[in-house]
Amino acid sequence: MTTKLMGQKVQRVEDQRLLRGLGRYVDDVAVEQDVLHCAVLRSPHAHARIVDIDVEAVLDVEGVHAVFTWEDLASCTPQMAEPLPLLIPHPALTHGRTQYALAKDEVNYVGEAIVFVVADDRYVAEDAVGRIRVDYELLPPVVGIDAARAARTLVHEDVPGNVGARLEQHVGDAPAAIARAPHRLELDLTVERSACMPLEGRGTVARWDPDLNRLQVWTSTQSSTGVRAAVAVKMGLDLGQVDVITPDVGGGFGVKINHPWPEELLVPMAAKALGRTVKFTEDRREHFISAAHERGQVQHIEVGFDDDGRLLGLDVEFWHDHGAYTPYGLIVPIITSTQLLGPYKPQNYRVVFESIYTNTVMVTPYRGAGRPQGCYAMERTMDAIAAYLGKDRTEVRAANFIQPDEFPFDQGLIFQDGRELEYDSGDYPAMLEKIKALVGWDEFPAFQAEMAALGRRVGIGLACYVEGTGVGPYEGAHVHVETSGKVKVATGLTTQGQGHATVFAQLVADELGVKFEDVEVVTGDTRRMPYAVGTFASRAAVMSGSAIHLAAKRAKEKALKIAAEALEADEKDLQIVDGVVSVKGSPGTSIDLGTVSVLSNPLRYAFDEASKAATQFSVGDPGKPPVPEDDEPGLEGKDFYSPERATFASGMHAVIVETDPETAEITILKYAVVHDCGHLINPMIVEGQIHGGVAQGVGGALYERMAYDESGQLLNASFMDFLMPYVTEVPDGIDIDHLETPSPLNPLGIKGAGEAGVIPSAAVFAAAIEDAEGIVITAMPISPSELYALRLENS
Amino acid sequence: MTEELHDVRLTVNGHTHEIRVPARRLLSDALRHDLRLTGTHVGCEHGVCGACTVLVDGAPTRACLMFAVSAVDTEITTVEGLTNPDGSLGPVQQAFKECHGLQCGFCTPGFLTTITAGLRDNPTPTHEEARDMIAGNLCRCTGYQNIVKAVERAAELS
Repeated sequence: MTTKLMGQKVQRVEDQRLLRGLGRYVDDVAVEQDVLHCAVLRSPHAHARIVDIDVEAVLDVEGVHAVFTWEDLASCTPQMAEPLPLLIPHPALTHGRTQYALAKDEVNYVGEAIVFVVADDRYVAEDAVGRIRVDYELLPPVVGIDAARAARTLVHEDVPGNVGARLEQHVGDAPAAIARAPHRLELDLTVERSACMPLEGRGTVARWDPDLNRLQVWTSTQSSTGVRAAVAVKMGLDLGQVDVITPDVGGGFGVKINHPWPEELLVPMAAKALGRTVKFTEDRREHFISAAHERGQVQHIEVGFDDDGRLLGLDVEFWHDHGAYTPYGLIVPIITSTQLLGPYKPQNYRVVFESIYTNTVMVTPYRGAGRPQGCYAMERTMDAIAAYLGKDRTEVRAANFIQPDEFPFDQGLIFQDGRELEYDSGDYPAMLEKIKALVGWDEFPAFQAEMAALGRRVGIGLACYVEGTGVGPYEGAHVHVETSGKVKVATGLTTQGQGHATVFAQLVADELGVKFEDVEVVTGDTRRMPYAVGTFASRAAVMSGSAIHLAAKRAKEKALKIAAEALEADEKDLQIVDGVVSVKGSPGTSIDLGTVSVLSNPLRYAFDEASKAATQFSVGDPGKPPVPEDDEPGLEGKDFYSPERATFASGMHAVIVETDPETAEITILKYAVVHDCGHLINPMIVEGQIHGGVAQGVGGALYERMAYDESGQLLNASFMDFLMPYVTEVPDGIDIDHLETPSPLNPLGIKGAGEAGVIPSAAVFAAAIEDAEGIVITAMPISPSELYALRLENS
Repeated sequence: MTEELHDVRLTVNGHTHEIRVPARRLLSDALRHDLRLTGTHVGCEHGVCGACTVLVDGAPTRACLMFAVSAVDTEITTVEGLTNPDGSLGPVQQAFKECHGLQCGFCTPGFLTTITAGLRDNPTPTHEEARDMIAGNLCRCTGYQNIVKAVERAAELS
């Protein structure tokens, strides 16, 4: 009997390829061919008018094939010269702006694309970029949230106050509740920018096939169907003429969900114009200055509460720095404003945000997508209440938890997907007990005193979050049993390291009753599954996992129907084990799935042994058409999963830090995570996701920031200066415990897990450092020198 | 202006290759684009991330900081050369698989080459030494937890 693979630590099938150096990332595509390479001239100024572009010196450079400026885009199609799409409009986004594929008249951040050069290789293309002369008329740049709000100068002259959007949501009457509350506090908080920084940057390869009148695009994206639609529209092609294939992707973390990037249009355009395969591979400096950032917010919080620390009213105002353009709409600040509530019931809540322009790289979702900032606001507030009342921080949290018998719990707000913010399941009190035990919360005061006696400073912090995962609208899957008995599975969303080929194969093996090693999964290829959304919002396992489960079920139903006829048995008496359909209790009466696949297709050619084997069985009514009206040939199953709303995962992190009394160096002594993503498909992979999230969180809390100077130059645009954690900066061991409250919304009871690890980091480190130092922490990330300065201020 | 080209003989994973490249051609580009050994990945092009690490005469070397013309008369090992002669995964590769030491896999080749050299010099690292061995390579997916385990497992397998 086959063991169920759901919940097992199955080793990854992807690894054989990747460990041998046989991965196929976008820069590896078409490496055998004579490919042209690209380089982009990018703005050296944060804000300037383009007076003139002189490409004369480039035209006769040997090895240069084409040079494009904005003026040339209309020769492809008129829409290529229009601004890039604003992907997710919102009524509150009254002043949305997007850039052009190549800048027209004006540039609004250092790094904005101006000229696109195609040449024999990247070296020659960069040489050519160096010869182009652009005359700029400099305009005053707007850098930072304070300057943007002051609005003495404007990023876009037709956007008053630099405000792209203002959105308010409320439940009850928070200001009145706060005014009546026995206790009130105000907090002013800031979070600085960071970025996804996948080890592989962006990249695109395109080839126009004149024989098929068809475009093939390979791109390092989190949404191949999104890129496909964008490329088709911009190039004036039918959707059916464009194939987008997402090869191995070297990390995404959000930045690759935005589309189309200028280069995702320019490369196909050049490939079609030149009749050659064209490749763009972003370098690291380009990724810093022309991909996307996130996190930067300033927050003002007013809260009213009772003697137990129970919230009576919460009033939050924040300013979200979205950079120079808004291609991804208001997703990030909407998530901050809604997911801020975490596992708590605020009773009365009002939130207002302004999404504002600065002359910096644009902001699109980075793992967590606004949740880390929301969690930071809420958890800093909880800590402040506890400090004010002199209560244990966990008691104040417990007093505000939504209780297990209150699900489904409607927070009364509208979530990122336009649906009600209604939590489906969870058990926050049980989770709090687990995290307290895991980190040693109750024992910590004794340890802290013991350390203090030795002249050492240690502190403990805790932070809780709820994460809406698995947002719709849908994903689909196709399961095909070949006549060999091998099972080919396709789902349209992409993969960038989450082990989808493994976990999805586990689900198919379980449902269909086949061997795990006989299942092969393809993701992100629009030729195999043209309807799909993408891999973001911790949605892949929930969405495609559910769709694959349903599609496998359909294939199984069909297999049983055909096998029942072939074996002259009742479907209810059949089982499928290791790819063989047999009558329960009578294993001799059997037929393997490959033979069932042959029988499913009434084609009269005996290609192989499976076909010959099938001749001993007889299916179908000789008096009726070989393919019945309500059926189709082939042993396949296809289905889509489309949930009513997101499913809400949750978690709590705790950290113990030590701060050096002299140097203010911050050392992590212990890091603990309790996590609830419903039923686990593969605990090994879930824990890997948590590890990675925690490490990114450590970076965001203690090291990473985007150091813009007042002129809008990014001073730390390299791995030398942007301090991404090495192993030496991350905890040596992360203690993880799981809670499994299944989601009632999907057939597998699962919730997403991808982003969770990074959400509470700023909050939990701020809390622990505050506890160690006795100094209120309001700005993250925090470096040793900043902590040192705070000590001086507070001494 | 036409660039001067140089005849370069590179010995990679025991095989000799003849290429004609400009003096400025990086070893990483020569391996990837001229020899089509695309297992070596380029993550930063300024020698910090370590994804492009190859072994030059056994020493871990950032292929993005070395010119192809400088690599003549050396023995280069890339990730493609780390498998056993029978085609099975080498010990460091096997350990990464068992310990879930990789996610997207982009930084992995640089870790595998670095650890291969590290374990050759120190076959029985302590836990601290295992962490030190990978302290010059960046990974954005794994949080390094399982990579450290893989170093320790590879030491057992070697």
